[in-house]
Amino acid sequence: MFSFELVINALIAGLLLGGFYAAVTIGISISFGILDIVNIAHPAFIILGSYIAYMLNAQFGIDPIVAALIALPAFYALGAAIYQIYYLAFETRGREALSGLAFFFGLLFITEVLLILVFGVDYRYVQASYIDQSINIGFVNLPKRMLIPCMISILMFIVLQVFLSRTFMGRAIMAVAQDQLALRLMAASPTRIKRTAFAISIATASLAGAFLIIIQPVEPSVGREYIGRVFAICVLGGLGSLPGTVIAAMLLGVAESLTATFYGPSWAPAVSFGILLLTLAFRPAGILGR
Amino acid sequence: MRWGAFFLVALAVAALIFGCALAINNDYVFFAGYTVLQFIVLATAWNILGGYTGYVNFGSAAFFAIGAYSTVFFYKFYPMPIPALILIAAAVSGLIGLGTGYLTLRLRGAFFAIATLALAVVLQTLIVNWNYVGGSRGAYIIRPSSIDYIGSYVHYLFLIMLALAVIALTIAYAIEHSALGYGFATIRDDELAAEASGVPTLKLKLIATTLSGALMGMAGAPFPYYIGYLQPSSAFGLEYAVNSIAMPIIGGTVSWAGPLVGAILLGTLQQYVTVTISSSVNVLIVGVLLVAFVVVAPNGIIGLMTSIARRGRRERKPA
Amino acid sequence: MNANLLEVERLGKRFGGFVALDGIDLTVAAGERVGLIGPNGSGKSTLVNCLCGTLGNYSGAVRFEGRDVAGLTAHQRTRLGMARSFQLPRPFPSMTVTDNVRVPLLYTVNARRGARLTGEEVAARAAELLTLVGLADKAGQFPRDLTQVEMRKLELARAMAAEPKLLIADEAMAGLSHSEVEDIVALLIRLNEGGITVILIEHIMRAVMTFSQRLVVLVSGKKIADGNPNEVIRDKEVERAYLGQ
Repeated sequence: MFSFELVINALIAGLLLGGFYAAVTIGISISFGILDIVNIAHPAFIILGSYIAYMLNAQFGIDPIVAALIALPAFYALGAAIYQIYYLAFETRGREALSGLAFFFGLLFITEVLLILVFGVDYRYVQASYIDQSINIGFVNLPKRMLIPCMISILMFIVLQVFLSRTFMGRAIMAVAQDQLALRLMAASPTRIKRTAFAISIATASLAGAFLIIIQPVEPSVGREYIGRVFAICVLGGLGSLPGTVIAAMLLGVAESLTATFYGPSWAPAVSFGILLLTLAFRPAGILGR
Repeated sequence: MRWGAFFLVALAVAALIFGCALAINNDYVFFAGYTVLQFIVLATAWNILGGYTGYVNFGSAAFFAIGAYSTVFFYKFYPMPIPALILIAAAVSGLIGLGTGYLTLRLRGAFFAIATLALAVVLQTLIVNWNYVGGSRGAYIIRPSSIDYIGSYVHYLFLIMLALAVIALTIAYAIEHSALGYGFATIRDDELAAEASGVPTLKLKLIATTLSGALMGMAGAPFPYYIGYLQPSSAFGLEYAVNSIAMPIIGGTVSWAGPLVGAILLGTLQQYVTVTISSSVNVLIVGVLLVAFVVVAPNGIIGLMTSIARRGRRERKPA
Repeated sequence: MNANLLEVERLGKRFGGFVALDGIDLTVAAGERVGLIGPNGSGKSTLVNCLCGTLGNYSGAVRFEGRDVAGLTAHQRTRLGMARSFQLPRPFPSMTVTDNVRVPLLYTVNARRGARLTGEEVAARAAELLTLVGLADKAGQFPRDLTQVEMRKLELARAMAAEPKLLIADEAMAGLSHSEVEDIVALLIRLNEGGITVILIEHIMRAVMTFSQRLVVLVSGKKIADGNPNEVIRDKEVERAYLGQ
């Protein structure tokens, strides 16, 4: 049972899975890690992205990733709108804690149920040429449906990292987490910057959703499995650190893959949430936390 | 009024309700009523932690399910009368509440909230893989048809949940009117200032989590007998998490009356919607109401009523 | 046993790379009236936060009544007898002014051995404290209805409610009128004559000079002067760093 090839394949599968998990989590790294907004509805937006990719794919035969890029501006706008409501309702009143959490919790359910009402609970999947193909290097099996999302996810991460460290807006976003007063003195509006950041985080959900439906069939409640994964990765990687997120995502992917291979897939959800609980209990700053 | 008096009044009201239900003599009233009463307990329990101290628990289903599954466990291992099961459930849920709290309450409220989510999923996975209590296939509990002194077993379950509701409401009332209530409120308002004023915030938060968890477990203990067939998906169901948050927020989190109002209104609304439209629309309505109230009326229905009353009093004063 | 109420030994505090406090030594004897001055950002509030336990992870030692308070949480230190008011007032917004003052009575005074107060005693002391700071007519109002000045008085009242041995007043008089400043200084001197040691952190030099028996100056996280107020303000370094000219 315990063969070298099995282990290597489980490891590789875990790394590819981790790349995908990084795409799923990057949005939360921005909204929770940098902006301190607990957007637990993020997985629902990812599922929304999956369904939009599904619709464009089923109706027009568009490749799901291309579909996600087409939908990106809409997601950006949605993110900006949600932040505006959040800001007016909570940040100005100083009640972010309880009400903010309840707000996003409500959004999570509303999104999920709307999807159920519109699409039903059947699993949906997309058609693309590469979904059933694999690349084989020796005994190593690389399914393209995992490989391509992973690669584009890494690309997305690199783009975001460059944006955050090289452009003015990107650096302002990193700064807004630390010192809002200094930002005001530079005549930059913290609200506008935070809104941009949050909008970006929701925009990533569009792509992540496309990746998800490429990797597996999707139905509305799938998002809930990802809440734990996303926050586990975020906390493990250290809030506000994008590289930390990627590393933590890989670690989680490998942990889940090995667990599923050797103990069975029904234990997989417990892996991420278990890691989350342990990290919170013993090292809440994460691996690369600030 | 002192909490002793409140308890007696609540008991009297409960007796009245039971009497009316018997008079209507329709089993549906008891079944539906049980659900509403269960939500009263869950909402009140949630509010002790969420409303009073401001720490949000997303994993109410976990504590509820612990109660339900400890009943299943003892049903197979060593059957016991429901009151004993309730006490056991309280102990187990309370302990897990204490444990979760101890691990995460020294961090910010957001982390606690996420940890409770994690707890719910971890526990569900454990239960799904534990065949003794049925695992994913579920467990059957044979409901006796009658019990001494009361007669119909369904009436008995209804009575038990009435009692739990009275207990939960009395505990909430007692907390509100005690030094403990002040302590909780300071934690919600400004934890740093609370500590500087001498409030032992960690200890109080742990009291709140333990109490809240225990009450939720108690609500779950009779559930297997009520439903007859317990699956993890129903014990850990979506509606428990959403409702135990939505009901206090919509009713009003500052007082014991909020969860009561929220549970009665939403509970009955949901019974109606689930039967006439669908259970998905049901959750949608709850979600929309939750978001609407949180954005527009964060103090809930009770909050709206108090501010209307206060404005009325001010306007009546001579200019 | 020494008569020093508070001993601070080489206290240091960093925030990432930023050194907020750099090896502060300070001794305060029981019954003293100490003034603490320094430019904004010099570390005064950080010092208070470390002393009272609001901030942890500091290097060096803090000893209160001879006992090292490392590891004690803020509420434990308050119960030991250290109370402070916050520079930016932090009232409990959901409670009335009276209830704000009742919290330390319920949770600090009541928690001390053999000091359990009855409900009436708590109410009486709360009313007394509000009268002392001049907030008696606002007893039933909420913090959101108070002016900035009134909120500072509430901060002070709340700190006093903890019946401390050491009271640290962090810029409690900002924005007060001339006569209000005199009232608060008189109040603090009266408290001191009743046995409470007071550290006054202020920018209002008039108040500091009237009040202090000893003056300590903090600049950029370092203590640059500590001694007789009249000599300290004439010190060249203090003039340059803080007073100007």
